[in-house]
Amino acid sequence: MKRTGNILKLLAGVSLLLGVLGGPAAAQDKPKELKIGITTFLSGPAAVFGEPGKAAAEMIAADINKKGGIGGVPLALSFIDEGAGGEALVSNYRRLVQDEKVDATFASISSGSCNQLVPLAEDLKMLNFMWDCGASSILETKKYRYNFRSQANGTPEMLAVLIYLLKTKPNFKTIAVVNQDYAWGRESWEIFSTALKQMKPDVQVVAELFPKFGAPDYSTEISRLMALRPDVVLTTSWGGDLDTLVRQAGQRGLLQQSTFVLGIGESSIQRLGKDLPEGLIIGARGDHWFMHPEKKNDAEFKAFNEAFKAKTGSMPIYPVYHMVQAFAALQGSYDKAIKANGGKWPTREQVVDAASNLEFVGYGRPLKLRAEDNQGLEAQLVGVSKKADGFNHMVLDNMMIFDADKITTPAGQKTVEWLKTLKPDFAKMDVPVFQHGK
Amino acid sequence: MNSTLFVLASLDGLSYAALVFLVSVGLSLIFGVLRIVNVAHGSLYAFGAYLAATLSLLVTPISPWLTYPALLVASLVIGIVAGGLIERLLLSRVYGREEVLQLLITFAVFMIMDNLQRLIWGVQPIYAAEPLKLLPNVSIFGVSYTSYQVIVLPVVAVLALFGLRYFLRRTLMGSVILAVTEDREAATAIGINAQKVYLITFVIGATLAALGGALASPTTSLVPGMGTEMIVLSFAVAATAGLGQIEGTAITALAIGMARAFVIYLQPEFEVLVPYLIMVAVLLVRPEGLFGATKLRKI
Repeated sequence: MKRTGNILKLLAGVSLLLGVLGGPAAAQDKPKELKIGITTFLSGPAAVFGEPGKAAAEMIAADINKKGGIGGVPLALSFIDEGAGGEALVSNYRRLVQDEKVDATFASISSGSCNQLVPLAEDLKMLNFMWDCGASSILETKKYRYNFRSQANGTPEMLAVLIYLLKTKPNFKTIAVVNQDYAWGRESWEIFSTALKQMKPDVQVVAELFPKFGAPDYSTEISRLMALRPDVVLTTSWGGDLDTLVRQAGQRGLLQQSTFVLGIGESSIQRLGKDLPEGLIIGARGDHWFMHPEKKNDAEFKAFNEAFKAKTGSMPIYPVYHMVQAFAALQGSYDKAIKANGGKWPTREQVVDAASNLEFVGYGRPLKLRAEDNQGLEAQLVGVSKKADGFNHMVLDNMMIFDADKITTPAGQKTVEWLKTLKPDFAKMDVPVFQHGK
Repeated sequence: MNSTLFVLASLDGLSYAALVFLVSVGLSLIFGVLRIVNVAHGSLYAFGAYLAATLSLLVTPISPWLTYPALLVASLVIGIVAGGLIERLLLSRVYGREEVLQLLITFAVFMIMDNLQRLIWGVQPIYAAEPLKLLPNVSIFGVSYTSYQVIVLPVVAVLALFGLRYFLRRTLMGSVILAVTEDREAATAIGINAQKVYLITFVIGATLAALGGALASPTTSLVPGMGTEMIVLSFAVAATAGLGQIEGTAITALAIGMARAFVIYLQPEFEVLVPYLIMVAVLLVRPEGLFGATKLRKI
């Protein structure tokens, strides 16, 4: 009996030991798949960004899986429609995290969505890459652990466009703005106008127009601008709104009368075709252009662009490249964490640790997730529209690529306060210029 | 504001009002006769626009001038086919039922059509400006306007207004529609087929919505959600005028269009609010709308 008792004690001890060792070991076992939840617009006007973003995500995941997955684990994607609205978005996000047990999320396109989901991701301790939203305030008001932005924000995007304008049209005296009446339209103008006052204080703002989001008609705004004759007209509108504004303004001669600056117009170039005239200044929300001057001979870049065109009928636009960056950040974080963990599958906390200060590459210049605030540092490309042989739309010419660290709000500072410290000399920074096709 | 800006703002307001009127009057007509608030009206507007753009792009290589008949054909196809199907298959089953049920059915149709639109035409903006490009621009006080905007749209709106008036007041079918509107039971008792009247009225209203969309298609990018924007504005116009008021809808559309244009010149911050501020102000004073008649309640 005593011997039997000893054997039982031994078995119990071994079981306990295996249990203790087995617990953490099981948590670090490679999962069958790495589940990624992605929020994107699949309905409403912003689907012009959301659908290409989704198509890109599917392409990239398939490509990663073909190569064996991340750390040998294949990716499985789930999508949530941001167009469904706030409450549905939050519920669906919770469902993905708590019921479907996703391992990471990419949220979101809209800054409104990011404002809702970033604190939720933090509460749920969910690794989240803000893959496209641009409001600079999100990461300036609070330090997050689990949320990272894998691209720039509105501040460098607007500063690049402004500096380009100041470098190429230094003598303009008057400016007007026509932006969509919602958070991005207002915030982008605040950034642009605050910096403009610092760098060229003599410029007069002659009209600030904020037509309704989704407005089908800009006749009155155009008439007013034609009567006011500003030297420069800025718009950071996008999608169908931008297309309509450009076409209506072109038909009535306003594009010829004033210098138009399309803050994020890269995404409309292919759609506008010949309706987009030469000479418009165009920003790209990052260094994104399917003929990126430093990447255009890169075989992988060219293959991706062609594959995307074969899948969707169009060359990639900036949200596609932002999606590429989100996947690159995810893969970079896992690879770094696996390496730091001696080749074993990492815990989520280890992946989050690895994401901080991560350097990674999309289809532009190298990027970095700044350790202090998890803000992505992304270069900015701005150019001017120009006709080119072999294209049924305009191309970008006289392209300038701005380094991220020169035009991004320093960590720990608030954008508007930082912009107020800028001086006219700020616009005199050296920036390389690239011609189309060279 | 000087006289130049006054003229410019008036022209802008006029072209905007023309499109808004075409859509709102269809909504108002359907409510006046069928007593149904048709939420799917915005989808009919969007379908009219998309089909018109599709047909325009198809016929442009043959002759750009064929794009004008294409606009009309698109309106009629959507009005007759989509409008006819909605009325026959769905609405005809719920006449006389609770208003909330009717509202839910038209809302369901709106949601279905919105998704159908995405399935057929996708989410990328579509633009077919050929009808607009065919006509020359006109210069007024040094400001260039497209003839399409300041001549074609207002003329079509005026023709629609007078055509509708003539149809309802000078033709037998119009008199029949008015009779059913006034007293359905009495009209049915003298042999009028009320079901047929409802079908014809709904098709006319749907065609007007589709015509508004078709005429808008050369001037604007067609995007998902465009029907939502228009239905909200149309409700504001129809409610301000008083549901069922055709001339009232025209005057209200003009007033709202003008007010919006002047606000953009004077105080652009209020542009989005203007139609709804006018609606609230009117409904607070006259709940039945500017031109609506007060109804006696039978006890």
